[in-house]
Amino acid sequence: MDFLTLIQVLDSTVRLATPLLLACLAGLFSERAGIFDIGLEGKMLMAAFFSAAIAATTGNVWYGLLAGIASSLALSGLHGLASITFRGNQLISGVAINFLAAGMTVLIAQDWFQQGGRTPSLISGGRFEPITLPFADAIEPVPFIGPIYSELLSGHSILVYLAFLAVPATAWILFGTRFGLRLRAVGENPAAVDTAGVSVVGLRYAAVMICGLLCGIAGAYLATALQAGFVKDMTAGRGFIALAALIFAKWRPWHALGACLLFGLLQAVALRFQNIELGTIVIPVQFMDALPYILTVVILAGFVGKAIPPKAGGEPYVKER
Amino acid sequence: MTVMKSLMGAVAAVALSAGAALAEPALIFDLGGKFDKSFNEAAFTGAQRWAEETGNSFREIELQSEAQREQALRRFAEAGANPIVMAGFAFGDALGQVAGDYPDTSFVIIDMVVDAPNVRSVVFNEHEGSYLVGMLAAKASKSGTVGFIGGMDIPLIRKFACGYAEGVKAVNPDATVIANMTGTTPAAWNDPVKGSELTKAQISQGADVVYAAAGGTGVGVLQTAADEGILSIGVDSNQNHLHPGKVLTSMLKRVDNAVFEAFQDGPGLETGFSVMGLSNGGVGFAVDDNNAPLITAEMQAAADEAATKIATGEIKVHDYMSDDSCPALSF
Repeated sequence: MDFLTLIQVLDSTVRLATPLLLACLAGLFSERAGIFDIGLEGKMLMAAFFSAAIAATTGNVWYGLLAGIASSLALSGLHGLASITFRGNQLISGVAINFLAAGMTVLIAQDWFQQGGRTPSLISGGRFEPITLPFADAIEPVPFIGPIYSELLSGHSILVYLAFLAVPATAWILFGTRFGLRLRAVGENPAAVDTAGVSVVGLRYAAVMICGLLCGIAGAYLATALQAGFVKDMTAGRGFIALAALIFAKWRPWHALGACLLFGLLQAVALRFQNIELGTIVIPVQFMDALPYILTVVILAGFVGKAIPPKAGGEPYVKER
Repeated sequence: MTVMKSLMGAVAAVALSAGAALAEPALIFDLGGKFDKSFNEAAFTGAQRWAEETGNSFREIELQSEAQREQALRRFAEAGANPIVMAGFAFGDALGQVAGDYPDTSFVIIDMVVDAPNVRSVVFNEHEGSYLVGMLAAKASKSGTVGFIGGMDIPLIRKFACGYAEGVKAVNPDATVIANMTGTTPAAWNDPVKGSELTKAQISQGADVVYAAAGGTGVGVLQTAADEGILSIGVDSNQNHLHPGKVLTSMLKRVDNAVFEAFQDGPGLETGFSVMGLSNGGVGFAVDDNNAPLITAEMQAAADEAATKIATGEIKVHDYMSDDSCPALSF
């Protein structure tokens, strides 16, 4: 494999890892606060549809992004209502959100655009265009550094840079602020937080809303930056891979970055090389596709350290009996 | 109890009268969905054309999961729909189980062979149509490298790829054909993001014409090809209009004709094995206003000549499904 191929694979990794990273951080906030969320997939899908639909009708991608985030927040609110206020089962609520999104997006798309559950193709202005970083063209001829800067780092849409900035931001919020401390505490021992006079319900709602925001950006990235429009079920299981990445990262932000980049790299390698020949052994592409899940199972089984979820995760908080 | 009884009686009466009243034909779409701009949509177009020309109506259902296949078949058969047409190879097993239970109902399955006295199995010679678009691709390519992106990795899609590769090699024996599959699960039919990445990967390997046989995933392939300034080839339905001037052509698979004919023949249609190829207009390639500037007279003439030779049997295009191997391409 020559250097340029390596750069192209890494470039593809960045594109593929971005939606995973955003969804993974979304899940991180929610689960750290004790709300399991397997509805990441549904929220991304809903956001993908509404961002594409509004961007197509207004011709302005920023309105699309806002609409995507708003739709994802609405689903988050629903999840919060079901699992925080009404203390329902969080997993069931998440599954319901996935079904709701899968059905509603196609239904609304058909009603609005009559194109069989898809949105019209977005033209320029309705899409996030790649950003060329300053001096990218000037540096390109420089060996080694040139391609890295101009091919790998430059030329992504603004949402990619936003996603990568979200990692230190998440780490700082969770581990550097009072809000973050309380949020983590709510996921470990909500009774203690309540005793200290801080609202458990308020914190958990805040967490699921941040989750909705990030899922909204992830969905908008899929539909308006990577693609030019919405196609039914276009998230294609990325919300679940993000959940796997979250477990793989053991619910830590920097590790989430690593996990998402690793899973993105696996996908990129699988897409680029299909069957990989290592000497006499041929690794089939199917194995590469399955690897993220296999790795997650290995981690869950406790072979590589232990993945311990937040202690109060999945349990609705009951203030008084 | 009595209320329940009379209620059930009423329901049964309604069901009976409904069953007696209709011998409407029915069409079952596969998981790709009715408006996939491709295979299923072609089936729908054929049914629609029949409804418009005859003024009759037909019944239809879009499947949501694998488990519904047999259920949908039985429901239509019980309701008296006849003939029942199903679009997709995946119905094979379900139909094999159901067909015997309804000997008076005629079934038509597209893309698959089911051996039963009341089943018509329609298969297309996709390799012949793919051969033609492969020739066009090779002629349009400047780099000598062309790409193929399939949806789910199944023998049928490999049949597309194989015919395409043979067509390419027929024009330019030194050409490189890069063939990729999107995945191995039905999700591979609806993953445009992966389609885009595959296209980018093929472009970076030098491909300047990409043929997508991938359902909804193909939307991403065609989009990326248009964005990156290379040519693409659509599949099943005419997809030239998706990106005018950027789609070289589309490999047409006249699923609409198959559905139309089945509906036209009505109950008791001729069963057995039916092959739709170049010789009877079952496959072909699309030329319209959107891609006319891309297809030169020379390209058109060469493709037409090959089409005639294939139809008469002078050129034999290899069918991947006949022996699970491809002389022009290794997977």
